[in-house]
Amino acid sequence: MIGRLFKFHGGVKPDAHKDESAGAAIRKAPLPARLIVPLRQSARAGATCIVEVGQRVLKGERIGEAEGFLGTAVHAPTSGTVSAIAAHPMAHPSGLDTPCVEIEADGEDRWIERAPFDYHAASREQALAWLRDCGIVGLGGATFPSHVKLGRGTGIETLILNGAECEPWITCDDRLMRERAAEILAGATILRELIGARELMIGVEDNKPEAIAAMKEAAAASAHGVSIVPVPALYPAGGEKQLIRVLTGIEIPYGKLGADYGVQCFNVGTAHAVYRAIAHGEPLVSRVVTLTGNCATPGNWEVALGTPVEDLLALAHPKADTDRYLMGGPMMGFAMPRLDVPVVKGTNCIISASPGLFPPAPPEQPCIRCTECAKACPVELQPFELYWFSRAKNFGKAQEYNLFDCIECGACTYVCPSHIPLVDYFRFSKSEIWARERDKTAADQARERFEFRNFRQEREKAEKAAKLAAKAAETRARLAETGATETPAAEPAAAEDPKKALIAAALARAKAQKAEVRPQNTDNLSPETQAEIADIEARRKVLEAAAVDTAPQPADAAIAAAEPRP
Amino acid sequence: MFTAILVMSGIAVVLGLTLGYAAIRFKVEGDPLVEKIDAILPQTQCGQCGFPGCKPYAEAIANGEAEINQCPPGGEEGIRKLADLLGREFKPLSEEHGVEKPKSVAVIDEQVCIGCTLCIQACPVDAIVGAAKQMHTVVEPLCTGCELCVAPCPVDCIAMVAVGETVQTWKWKYPVVEIRKAA
Repeated sequence: MIGRLFKFHGGVKPDAHKDESAGAAIRKAPLPARLIVPLRQSARAGATCIVEVGQRVLKGERIGEAEGFLGTAVHAPTSGTVSAIAAHPMAHPSGLDTPCVEIEADGEDRWIERAPFDYHAASREQALAWLRDCGIVGLGGATFPSHVKLGRGTGIETLILNGAECEPWITCDDRLMRERAAEILAGATILRELIGARELMIGVEDNKPEAIAAMKEAAAASAHGVSIVPVPALYPAGGEKQLIRVLTGIEIPYGKLGADYGVQCFNVGTAHAVYRAIAHGEPLVSRVVTLTGNCATPGNWEVALGTPVEDLLALAHPKADTDRYLMGGPMMGFAMPRLDVPVVKGTNCIISASPGLFPPAPPEQPCIRCTECAKACPVELQPFELYWFSRAKNFGKAQEYNLFDCIECGACTYVCPSHIPLVDYFRFSKSEIWARERDKTAADQARERFEFRNFRQEREKAEKAAKLAAKAAETRARLAETGATETPAAEPAAAEDPKKALIAAALARAKAQKAEVRPQNTDNLSPETQAEIADIEARRKVLEAAAVDTAPQPADAAIAAAEPRP
Repeated sequence: MFTAILVMSGIAVVLGLTLGYAAIRFKVEGDPLVEKIDAILPQTQCGQCGFPGCKPYAEAIANGEAEINQCPPGGEEGIRKLADLLGREFKPLSEEHGVEKPKSVAVIDEQVCIGCTLCIQACPVDAIVGAAKQMHTVVEPLCTGCELCVAPCPVDCIAMVAVGETVQTWKWKYPVVEIRKAA
C-alpha cells in the first residue's frame, strides 16, 4: 500500500533499553487503599468537581465535569467513598499542588452501569461529546483531548496510529500492541469513521517485531484495509510531525497541524481507550504504565489512575542505589520532585534512575559551535543559536529563530559534546515568554478597564450636569409662565438673576409645603378626646393672650402649668 | 542673478508647500513616546508614582517631569526597560515611592464586610463587585494588586494576598551551571 518511507532531518539513536521490560506481559496492578485523582490531569486543562466529601462513587463514575474547550471529564478509578477534595501535589516537574479528589477504595471495584455507545446511530457531535465525557485524551504523554483532535470530521484523508514508541525504556505501547492488537484496530476503525479518513496507517518502530507481527495478524483478521508500517528506529520517530513525515512525506510547517494537510495522528493507547469507551462504555480510568530502570522486576502494569507512584514502585522493587525517579522517558521525561504524586493519564513510564544507569551529566562547558545539535535537530532548528539567545535572555531573538518549533525532544542535549542542557534553556525561555505574554494581556486588560472607568466617570458627571440643567430649565420655564403672580413685587432683581429666581421659587415652594402640613394625629380620635383637645386649645389661647398682655411671663411655662397631663 | 534668486525662492516655496502638506497629511495623533512608555508600565493604576494612573505617569516621563524610577510594581526590570527606551541612566527604585513586592491581589473578608461601597469607588479597574449594604467581593483575575481599596475600608476587611505559583503559571528556572560539585 505504501511505496516508500521518507526521512526526517536529524534524529539520534540512543540505546533502546526495551528488553528490560518488553518481555513482561501487562498485569493488573493491585488497587491501593487510597486513590488521589487530580481534577487537573495536565497543566493545560482542568475539570469541575461534581462530587462531595462522603459521597459513594462507583468505578467509572464521573467526578469531574469537562471544563473549557480543552477539558475532558475525570472519573473515579474504583468504587469507594470520597474522603477528601483537597490540594495535592501533582505529577509535574514543579511538584505544585492541584485540586484532587481522594477516594477511599472499598475493594469491590464495582463498575457503574456500562452500555456500548452506538456511534453509527448518534451524530458526530454526540460521539465526540461521549468521548469527552469518557475522559479520552491522547495517551502518548501529551494528553491532548481526543475529541478536539477529531475536529470537524472533514478534510482528513489519512489517519495515522502512532505505535512508534521511540523513547528508550518505554514499552507500554509495545505490550499493548502485542496483547490487545484487535482492540487497538477496532478503536482505530472507530476513529477513522469519526474523522472520515480513507486511509489508515499504523506506524511501528522496527525494533518491535513482535508488536508488528501481532498487529499484522489482527489486521489480516479484520480486513479493514489497514497498513502496518514498520518505521526505522530513530529517535524521535514517534513525534507526531516526524511520524507523519516518515509515513506520508508531508512536512508540516510551523503553526500548522497535521489536520491542515489531511493527516491526523493518534497514539495506539488512545485508540484502545476509544474502543473501550465506545464498545464497552468504559471511561478512561486506567492505563498501562511501564516500570523499569534500576529495579529488580521491571514490567508493564495496568494501573488505576490516581494510584500513588510510591505504591506502584513497590511492584518493581527498585534497587538500593536508585537516587531518583523519572516520569516519562529519559529524553523528555522529568525527575519527579516527590513520590506521593498520583499516576495521571499522561504517565506512560516510571524509570528508577541510578548514577550507574544514568550517570550525572558532566559540568556544562562553553559552546564550541560544532553544530552537532543542528545536525541532530528533527525540526531543523539551530539549537546553538537558540541557546545563546536563551542564555542571554534575549527572548525576542529566540522567537525569531523559531524557539516555539522546538518539540523538546532532547536530541540536541544528547549529542552536545559540551554537555550543555540545551532543552532546559529552551524550556526556560518558553515559559518566560509565556509568562510575559500573560502579564502583557493582564496589563492590556487593566489599561482598558481603567480607561473605561475614567470614561464612565466622565460620562456620569456629564449626565448629572445635563439632568440638573434640564431640571433648572424646566423650573425656569414654569416660573416664566406664572412669574407675574408668584414672584413677589418686592424683588424685581430676581427677574434678571435666574438663579435668585430659582431660589426664591424653591423657598416659596417649601413655605407652601410647610403650611400645608398639619398635625394629623388628632384626626381619628374618640369624640371625648377631641373635646378634651379643643378644651386645651381654648385654654392655651386664653393663656397666650394673657402672656402677650403680661409680657415677662414665658408662654411655654404658662402652657406647661395649664396642661392637665405631665 | 535675478533668475538665480527666483529659482531658489521657487524651490523654497515648493518644498515648503510639500512639507506643510506632509505635516497635515501624515500628522501623528497623540505622542507615540507616551504610548511606548505606557506599554512598559505595569498598568496597576496604583498611583504610587504620584500620578493618577499609569498613563499620566507616562506623560510626565515623556515631558521630563518625572523620573523613571517611581514605579514600584514595575520593579527593577521596568526601570531598565524605560532606561533603554529613553536612553537614560538606570536608577534604583526611589524609596519614597515604595518597594517592589510580589504580585498580590486584594481579598475581602466577606464575614466582616459591611457593604459600604467605598472600595468599589476606589478600585481603578472596576474589579470589585457589590452594592450598598450587600457583601462585596474582588474579581481576582481583574485585580491588579494596587492596594487602593485597602485604605478606604472602614472595617479593615481587605487583605492583600500574594498570588502563589500554580501549575499553569509555573516557570522553568534558568539552568544553573554547577562549576564544581559540592564535596
